Amino acid sequence: MSQAARPDRRKRRILPGFGLSLGFALLYFSLIVLIPLGGLVVKSAGMTWAQFWSTVTAPRVLASYRLSFGASLIGAAINVVFGFVVAWVLVRYRFPLRRFIDALVDLPFALPTAVAGISLTSMYAGNGWIGRFLEPLGIQVAFTPLGVIVALTFIGLPFVVRTVQPVLEDLDAEIEESAASLGANRRQAFVRVILPEVWPALATGFALAFARSLGEYGSIVFIAGNMPMRTEITPLLIVIKLEQYDYAGATALAVVMLAASFILLLLINGLQRWASRRRPVCGD
Amino acid sequence: MSIEARNVTKAFGAFTALRDVSLEVRTGELVALLGPSGSGKTTLLRIIAGLEVPDRGSILFHGEDATDRRVQDRRVGFVFQHYALFRHMSVFENVAFGLRVMPRRARPTRGEIRARVRRLLSLVQLDWLADRYPSQLSGGQRQRVALARALAVEPKVLLLDEPFGALDAKVRQELRRWLRRLHGEINVTGVLVTHDQEEALEVADRVVVMNAGRIEQVGTPEEVFHHPATEFVMNFLGHVNVFHGRVEGDKAFFGALELEYPNGASTGSLAVRGFVRPHDLEIDLQPGETTLVEGQIAHVNAAGPQVKVELATVMGETIHVEITQERYRALGLTCGQRAFVRPREIKVFLGGPPA
Repeated sequence: MSQAARPDRRKRRILPGFGLSLGFALLYFSLIVLIPLGGLVVKSAGMTWAQFWSTVTAPRVLASYRLSFGASLIGAAINVVFGFVVAWVLVRYRFPLRRFIDALVDLPFALPTAVAGISLTSMYAGNGWIGRFLEPLGIQVAFTPLGVIVALTFIGLPFVVRTVQPVLEDLDAEIEESAASLGANRRQAFVRVILPEVWPALATGFALAFARSLGEYGSIVFIAGNMPMRTEITPLLIVIKLEQYDYAGATALAVVMLAASFILLLLINGLQRWASRRRPVCGD
Repeated sequence: MSIEARNVTKAFGAFTALRDVSLEVRTGELVALLGPSGSGKTTLLRIIAGLEVPDRGSILFHGEDATDRRVQDRRVGFVFQHYALFRHMSVFENVAFGLRVMPRRARPTRGEIRARVRRLLSLVQLDWLADRYPSQLSGGQRQRVALARALAVEPKVLLLDEPFGALDAKVRQELRRWLRRLHGEINVTGVLVTHDQEEALEVADRVVVMNAGRIEQVGTPEEVFHHPATEFVMNFLGHVNVFHGRVEGDKAFFGALELEYPNGASTGSLAVRGFVRPHDLEIDLQPGETTLVEGQIAHVNAAGPQVKVELATVMGETIHVEITQERYRALGLTCGQRAFVRPREIKVFLGGPPA
């Protein structure tokens, strides 16, 4: 008895509680994520393969995939550029209202997305504050795919800013100074010295913004206009199917979304790991 | 290439870092800017490099005004205290950086770059680490990479900002000697910033002692050490004991001790302070004519080339004395013993005790 109770020396860890915390994490993860998602797959398994295939490849559905994935990618890409600029300004310069703007960045997190959708729609509609200037130029934002991109850009902004900001703060101004003293101009210093340091954070920000955009529903249904084949996003189609009591069809679409986003996120993660493996992260 | 700073003034908000500083560094010389933190030495170095713009005054390179020249165009090698290496680049790429960013016309070919980087890495004795990343190197190795990187563009001027400040004592000493040798090998004008007086005295041809944004003294290490121009220099370059006394006519008095003071005040009596380095004090067991003060042995540290003795005076002051091992054995000092201190040399500056 006393023999068995004595911990095996080889198994002793410096940080205790590995078993307990891992067990808890797995249980928690299962309850919150895995079981609901598993249920989704099980539910859709009630259909035959042919039913499933025809549901997920209907023309209206295919168009919604294009919009959902396309607009999310474009929105995330826009955010990578402008989110970086916002983070750069907030970290590098001291100016009045800096704290205020810093706080504003988080608003898209907090705002109910429906509110964001309604206000964006009223701004960009033909008679809105911004829309009235764009309309004469032939640019329609509200009720077009462009509107979807605008909404997704709004939603995704904080993700890029908040992932890049700490990395920029960590970045020593001295490395820019040393690049300059070695003769590098601003562009060379940026491309060769700053960008390689922040690009893993940019990739993370991109992935987060993209993932968030794929699932976005509230703000888009207002600004998109929801015209079949043109401005319908996949989450909207799922809701429509639910309202028609077509639970199997809704879950089939959900499973496709799930699989596609999972694969894309995995790819982005892999890309990021490949990039950071080219240099060791240990040390200073 | 010679460097000249003319009447340089620089303030950061309410803090004035440099007040009307002028300095000349001759071609091929290695000059140390020495001073406590906040004395303006790093600011002066950064202004020379072009990383900081002076409020007033100008910087001349080889007699030509370079005040408005950008860092990129000054052709200075700058070495930072914390190395500022590019951590996503290998050692080789770090050193090659300055060559790779050259305008296409001036840029060496790939083969030339490889050869030059190899040569520099062997100059800093790190050719075997070319493929490592900065995070895999020790502090001393990183600083040598930083130095090789700065030298790659063949600068006319090498500026070093506390280059050994972040390293431990032993590595620091090795690198100091190594830098001294390296400076002899490559013909470059060097300016080194340090707050370590030992480093400045050992490495530099000339030492510039700075305090509160001004230059206190410029001279060879020997000059500033043995003939300090001001109290501050005396104080900053090693330990000193301070004694308070008076000057009357051409005589100075410290207690019972009377000294010649030829350039003293002609009339009246003025407060003065006498500065004596620990190694310029001698210990006797009997009072003599030249005894300065009497005290009790409070502490003896015999580990080292010299024996460090601390005496407590009746006034409660502590006096630091350094004597040779032979003298220590001959005296047979023990703690608590009464002893008499005699100066071999004393530097007298006008002025009373600080208020």
